Amino acid sequence: MKSWISHHRHSLAESLRRLGGAPLANLFNVLVIGVALSFPLGLYLGLSNLQALSARFSGDPELGIFLAADADKADASQLEARLKAHPAVARARFVPKGEALEDLKRATGLADLVETLGRNPLPDGFVVLPKQRDPRELAGLGREIAGWPKVAHVQLDSEWAGKLDAILRLGQGLVLLLAGLLGFALVAITFNTIRLQVLTRREEIQVSKLIGATNAFIRRPFLYFGTLQGLAGGGIGLLLLYAGPLFLNRSVAELARLYASDFRLLLLSIPDGLAVLGFSAALGWLGAWLSMARHLREIDPR
Amino acid sequence: MISFSGVSKSYPGGFEALRGVSFSIAAGEFVCLSGHSGAGKSTLIKLVAALELPTRGTVLVNGQNTAALRPRSAPYYRRNFGVVFQDHKLLFDRNVLENVLLPLRIAGVEAKEAAKRARAALDKVGLLTKEKAFPVTLSGGEQQRLAIARAVVHRPPVLLADEPTGSLDAAYSDAILDIFRAFHQVGMTIIMATHDESIPRGGPVRVLRLRQGTLMS
Ligand SMILES: Nc1ncnc2c1ncn2[C@@H]1O[C@H](COP(=O)(O)OP(=O)(O)OP(=O)(O)O)[C@@H](O)[C@H]1O
Ligand SMILES: [Mg+2]
Repeated sequence: MKSWISHHRHSLAESLRRLGGAPLANLFNVLVIGVALSFPLGLYLGLSNLQALSARFSGDPELGIFLAADADKADASQLEARLKAHPAVARARFVPKGEALEDLKRATGLADLVETLGRNPLPDGFVVLPKQRDPRELAGLGREIAGWPKVAHVQLDSEWAGKLDAILRLGQGLVLLLAGLLGFALVAITFNTIRLQVLTRREEIQVSKLIGATNAFIRRPFLYFGTLQGLAGGGIGLLLLYAGPLFLNRSVAELARLYASDFRLLLLSIPDGLAVLGFSAALGWLGAWLSMARHLREIDPR
Repeated sequence: MISFSGVSKSYPGGFEALRGVSFSIAAGEFVCLSGHSGAGKSTLIKLVAALELPTRGTVLVNGQNTAALRPRSAPYYRRNFGVVFQDHKLLFDRNVLENVLLPLRIAGVEAKEAAKRARAALDKVGLLTKEKAFPVTLSGGEQQRLAIARAVVHRPPVLLADEPTGSLDAAYSDAILDIFRAFHQVGMTIIMATHDESIPRGGPVRVLRLRQGTLMS
């Protein structure tokens, strides 16, 4: 046990020495990994911010239902009963055309102009609060109600939120794709670094094997190296990611003040940051392991 | 302990380095393997340590057939031997002490204990003052002594030395032989390959003579 720990400590020290042995080349590798990782992370963070923003501005989604001009009181109450019975509807409020006109006057300050119209141009309507907030279900409900008799038009007040949501979904797919690709790149970079190291340490590996070293023994410092390189790359990626929003936050704060809002950019959470480090370390380990599996076999005493 | 029966070894390309070699060596023997250049001495030593496998015949060491060694257990099998390679196989990017530490690290000896043992081995071959030097800065004889220190540092039961006195003058050859005799006295089995003219005189040495891949005596 003691010797096992001693050996692991030695392997770790050895791989640190190798990292320090070619500082420029290794720094370059680590930077490449860091920058590569910061792309999907940055995109992910941007999306999280957009999501927070859209949740902030969309509020509770509502459906505005406008009745046909020839609809009478009986049609309206029939429609009200049907709306209230609908399983997807939480609340439905009747808005008579008089009230709608008053609202319009108040909201726009165009009372005088409206007076000159002489008659009320607005139809009766309903404001419907659905049970679901999901934009796609909302749109489906809107289409369904629009098909009912005496309904002239259904207004989805969160249409833009739905579009944003669709864009965000696309963005999430893109993040996954990018993360996958760049994760693969990380593995490939490590694979190659380890391959070069194995080449320059061919003698040492050969001699070690001749005098009874196991593959695990030979692999260990290389695995440590790959893991450390991945970890360092992940660290650089996080650094870039934290530095970016901090830099941007000042201008965001300015903008938010102008709009009397206290919105601030979200930073990556600590658990997310740790997950990134763990993930990049694991990928580094994987790249090193694959490389060793491939190249150890080529260096065999017989 | 070590027994060859009808062992032949052909290298890829068809050259037959050993032909029908049979002998056995008991534990604790000091055997000198002599023969001209190309007689097959190095080949025989590699066969013992399972660094090569016989093309025909069997090599048995402590009841283990080397051809039947599984890849997983081969490393542990090899740790039974201390090998002084003919070309030394020193690590030139490691200093003297680190070279000697390698077998101990492989065997999992704890760091402090390992350093102590490595210095003791270096002391035996007269290289203690050079522990920080790199092998390129050593003379041919010093490199050879370093190779010997590395071979015996983990106290293997069997020492396989391939021309360990090849580049040493008479005084140092005698010194090395004295070291080997001391190891032999404490029970180490030794197989040492040499050219005919440098077979050590005196002492409990059995000689195996190779001629063109066949055993003469
Ligand atoms: N890896 C190899 N591939 C092909 N032929 C080889 C190989 N190793 C040795 N041989 C051949 O086998 C023969 C015996 O070689 P070996 O190294 O065993 O001789 P040796 O007795 O140790 O000679 P020396 O005293 O010069 O070291 C030689 O003719 C050599 O050319
Ligand atoms: Mg030889």
